[in-house]
Amino acid sequence: MIFVFALFLLTLLVITALAIVHTENLFVAVMLTSIFSLLMAANFFILDAADVALTEAAVGAGVTTVIFLSALALTGEREKPRVGGRNIALVTVGVLALLIIYATFDKPRLGDPNAPVHQHVAPWYLEKTPEYMGFPNVVTAVLSSFRGYDTLGEVFVVFAACIGVLFILGVRPPRESLEPRDESSGLRHHLIPQVVGRLLVPFIVLFGLYVQFHGEYGPGGGFQAGAIIATGVILYALLEGEAEALRAVPRSVLLGMVIGGAMLFGSVGVVCMLMGGAFLDYSVLAADPVWGQQLGILIIEAGVGMAVCGALLSIFHAFAARESLS
Amino acid sequence: MKLLELLGYFNYWVFAIILTVGLYAVIRKTNLIKKLIGLSIFQSAVFLMYITMDKVEGGTAPIIQAGVENQIFSNPLPQVLILTAIVVGVSTLALGLAIVVRINESYGTIEEREILDAD
Repeated sequence: MIFVFALFLLTLLVITALAIVHTENLFVAVMLTSIFSLLMAANFFILDAADVALTEAAVGAGVTTVIFLSALALTGEREKPRVGGRNIALVTVGVLALLIIYATFDKPRLGDPNAPVHQHVAPWYLEKTPEYMGFPNVVTAVLSSFRGYDTLGEVFVVFAACIGVLFILGVRPPRESLEPRDESSGLRHHLIPQVVGRLLVPFIVLFGLYVQFHGEYGPGGGFQAGAIIATGVILYALLEGEAEALRAVPRSVLLGMVIGGAMLFGSVGVVCMLMGGAFLDYSVLAADPVWGQQLGILIIEAGVGMAVCGALLSIFHAFAARESLS
Repeated sequence: MKLLELLGYFNYWVFAIILTVGLYAVIRKTNLIKKLIGLSIFQSAVFLMYITMDKVEGGTAPIIQAGVENQIFSNPLPQVLILTAIVVGVSTLALGLAIVVRINESYGTIEEREILDAD
């Protein structure tokens, strides 16, 4: 039964992708992208990737759509059709698709337990996580401890991208006559979204905090929590206007979160070294190695959550501020 | 049986189609935002391939339940890679969109042809 459902979802995914490319209205394309992400999240869930599904739903369907829309508001939503060259492009991608499909027959089929990918280190992670970490979510264990280097790198990439966006959009626009427009009032005059949204915001943030601190025991962790809390604050900004959201969480706090989160992660690694362990080897943080691991993971997950939440919100505000200038 | 065996590759076929649909948007569309949308479809296709590889027959999400013996778990490693990749993906996408916004301010358009003509 779940198999048929998966086929159905995957077919919908292909149709949505074709529709996104086909439409010439960029607003429609962005809305379809949001649906595409939601379908993708459902697929991830069916394929046993609960943590990834949570991330994709919060980031792909939520934050990405808002960032796309705020960029569209600055550029216009009609796409000009292009003449010529269609057949060459179609033949190129068609041949590529057939080649990839031909190559897939060499791959192990879906769910094959003897596939090479399952033979290497994965069983070791599954076996050792309860012993080393003392908590059940293996994804969190691999993310924050076994492969902590990777995650530290990813956090710094998010940090760098955020700084890049702030640099690019922080410059004043070239046209001089630009007085800041009236502060946008959001949806303050629309009663129903206002009431429903106001009810939702605290629960979204609460759920984000739950995902943050329950990440060792269920699906979740810093990345998901950061994205969910950012979504909650963005919803608040859409309801009450951007100025109100900035009054609640000022820019300086957001920047502090990005920098502080990344620094927190890195400094835990350095503290591990000072206490005689390897970089990011949390076992030395407490007398009992398992407690040390849990303490380290709790701190670095908090760092990841702060950095991701701060980065996404800074990016959103950078686009929104540009909007009220032009 | 033969049919079911073939359907075991269906996820990979969907991956191939979505990947090339995204690539088509990147090489054929001239609107810069549409190109970025195509790029993110392309990226999602890669995510789908990785997550497809993590599935084990009869497995469940890799969260170990106390007191349950002989559970089969799907592979946590591809999940970790993709989880972080999604968040990095949105940050780099925002960087791309920021550049597009600045291009629009300088040239008054985000159509690739018109930008090339203006130069």
